Amino acid sequence: MHLHDVWFVLIAVLWTGYFFLEGFDFGIGILSKLLARDERERRVLINTIGPVWDGNEVWLLTAAGATFAAFPDWYATLFSGFYLPMLLILVCLIVRGVAFEYRAKRDDERWKRNWENAIFWASLLPAFLWGAAFADIVRGVPIDASKNFTGDLGDLVNPYALLGGLLTLVVFTFHGAVFAALKTLGDIRMRARRAAAGLGLAALAVAAGFLAWTQASHGNGRSLITVVAALVALAAAWAVGRRGREGWAFALSGVAIAATVATFFLALFPNVMPSTTNAAWNLTVANASSGPYTLKVMTWIAGFATPLVVAYQAWTYWVFRKRLGTQHIPGPAVH
Amino acid sequence: MDLALAPETLARWQFGLTTVYHFLFVPLTISLSAITAGFETAWVRTRKEKYFHATKFWGKLFLINIAMGVVTGIVQEFQFGMNWSDYSRFVGDVFGAPLAMEALLAFFFESTFIGLWIFGWDKLPRKAHCACIWIVSLGTVLSAYFILAANSWMQHPNGYTLNHHTGKAQLTSIWTVLTQNTALVQAAHTLTASFLTGAAFVVGIASLHLWRAKRAQRAGRETDPKKIGVMRSSLRTGLVLAVIFGLGTAVSGDSLGKVMFEQQPMKMAAAEALWETQAPAPFSVFAVGNVAKGHNTVELSVPGVLSFLSHSNFHDAVPGINDVAKQEAARFGGSPKDYIPNIFVTFWGFRLMIGFGMSSFVAGLIGLWTTRRKRWLDPRFRTGDHEVPRLMLTRRREMSDFFTTWSWRIGVFTMGLPLIANSFGWIFTEMGRQPWVVYGLMKTRNAVSPGVGSADVLISIVVFAVLYAVLAIVEVRLMARYATAGPNTDELPPVRDPRLRGPRDPGATDGDGGTADADKPLAFAY
Repeated sequence: MHLHDVWFVLIAVLWTGYFFLEGFDFGIGILSKLLARDERERRVLINTIGPVWDGNEVWLLTAAGATFAAFPDWYATLFSGFYLPMLLILVCLIVRGVAFEYRAKRDDERWKRNWENAIFWASLLPAFLWGAAFADIVRGVPIDASKNFTGDLGDLVNPYALLGGLLTLVVFTFHGAVFAALKTLGDIRMRARRAAAGLGLAALAVAAGFLAWTQASHGNGRSLITVVAALVALAAAWAVGRRGREGWAFALSGVAIAATVATFFLALFPNVMPSTTNAAWNLTVANASSGPYTLKVMTWIAGFATPLVVAYQAWTYWVFRKRLGTQHIPGPAVH
Repeated sequence: MDLALAPETLARWQFGLTTVYHFLFVPLTISLSAITAGFETAWVRTRKEKYFHATKFWGKLFLINIAMGVVTGIVQEFQFGMNWSDYSRFVGDVFGAPLAMEALLAFFFESTFIGLWIFGWDKLPRKAHCACIWIVSLGTVLSAYFILAANSWMQHPNGYTLNHHTGKAQLTSIWTVLTQNTALVQAAHTLTASFLTGAAFVVGIASLHLWRAKRAQRAGRETDPKKIGVMRSSLRTGLVLAVIFGLGTAVSGDSLGKVMFEQQPMKMAAAEALWETQAPAPFSVFAVGNVAKGHNTVELSVPGVLSFLSHSNFHDAVPGINDVAKQEAARFGGSPKDYIPNIFVTFWGFRLMIGFGMSSFVAGLIGLWTTRRKRWLDPRFRTGDHEVPRLMLTRRREMSDFFTTWSWRIGVFTMGLPLIANSFGWIFTEMGRQPWVVYGLMKTRNAVSPGVGSADVLISIVVFAVLYAVLAIVEVRLMARYATAGPNTDELPPVRDPRLRGPRDPGATDGDGGTADADKPLAFAY
């Protein structure tokens, strides 16, 4: 096994971490508008992710940074090629981060409503765009001999990508609903549970369609396993969630997300960005990667840092393990 | 194509816009995290209430600031790929490594422990809570170091080899990249300047409150002694830091100048608009006329100082722009004028950086003297910890009312000067390296994304400009609101969440709460 194969796996792990964690963040952001009935309930939802959303987002920065270091050509082609969707994602992440921090900083109705709308849209759009982007990567885009993207926005908008976007949007919202049921108390918990029951079915339907399409057009023997695993996990998450086993439901929806990311990466391998112009111009783990020295250095660093990060992030979740109800929400902190 | 719309020009404007904006928040994040951590440590060790209130107050301003720093930093991580894809391909092997390390070793620290710190007041033991903000502070410093090492590699490529097969730069020693002298002095300069920035910020806001309290007392209105106590400690802390780090900025800046003179002689000549080689070379304090062409009508210059900045003596020759440009053209091809950066920007950027930065240092020095400690004053002029200090010129002589008022005002007005200095420092060092993006290896015009059209870049410039302008207004107003409100001196230090206390809390075991204790509101919530 080459080091660039190891890095392909590591980058898949980083994206898995990102979608697993920010997935429920996005879901909570979307649900804060749909599920909460009043100001207090909205605050309950937002505060379930309050201490952790920022740390969750760093998985994305690390995935991008690691791609830059380990596969510079992948990084260069992907972000310059997907320019406008990336711009939109960046705008959303900027607005979303500021919205969480600033929403409660003024006790003013309009101020809060504006930031809540910002949280909703800035969670919904990236949740959709990431899935669409990954679908486009798997499907392939026009890439020339010098590894540059030669298409335009039209090449990125197609039924497969739209379905991919819908998949992550629905799955993340489901994941968020399961998380909300796991982390809250009282009325909002029951409503989250019911929402999860509905969203789970929707997620299952979209996932079945999208993953079957992926398997049929881009799949292989290994991806068949993850496709089945994703669907089984999703169905199981829905089933145990309905029976009130919230911890298990959350773990299983997480497994479904991991298996979906694994499906993307298995369908890609050994390519990282296939070219629809000419298969000889595909970006592969071999031709897009850094030199062996850089990969070796980065392997040492990642081998040391990743377990540490997982450990202290896990500790954070332990510190904030208690469920939240409306009774735990203090009055406005502003003076 | 119209030159103003050349992809390189647009991509540079976009990078300049997003990066200068991002760097407005970075130095305050670096310094305020450490200052907040310092106050929290003082509170944990002494249990004095004023340190708790200081921690809360500066922590709140720090959080408003870091939110912007974090979100504008996300753009930095992606825009190399978006606008500079040929650069990314060429240097990714070398440049990507410190960026990935920054994410893995610094961003995770910062963002995870900031969450623990914000929400953990009633969840963690005091010492653990205090450790969280120190880890955040460590994260900000590490993050700065990695990114400065990456930038230093662009200033002075080292620890790499050119792979002739792929035509790309390839890393040969990560240790060299992380510890070359360019990285060390640039980190020293940037970090000390960051702390000077935070110090001036603290001095400014503390001055505002103390000056207000002074006016209130003169008018016979009531003041909050606790608040004055917090601000008095903050003022002294800020002044001490301003002096230490002002000095540090000057010393590290001098070392950086010498390294730069060796590694990028053009930048030093451009900083000075020194067209012809001179020995000894003067330092021009300011000039009127066309600096960019070397025709000055009025010029005030100090002989020999540029020689000193470059060589540590007052007589050696410093090569001028024309000579360096000729050398570079002979070495890399093309005509000499291709190698001359924008002299107007480098000349004034360099001066404004030094001028604004050092004003805060001088203000700190004067402030430290006039507010010095009790035992150095005649007993009649001594003030308590919860009183506005008298501004003392000598042991027995107080400043007149007029100068006192103006001193407090100057304390407030000099608050933002280092921020301006930081921006000009970056503009100077990045524009002074042009036409190179990686000095001697890759020109900026070869670094842009070939597949990205001018329209796309233009869209992104407009989007970022509008978004950043709106956020700037929101941020500044929020900052001003919290800064002028001052610390909430009624707030009591938090006690631990009853649900986390003891071996097992009977009320909370069923997961549904129930007892009054288990329903206690959180110490902090969004």
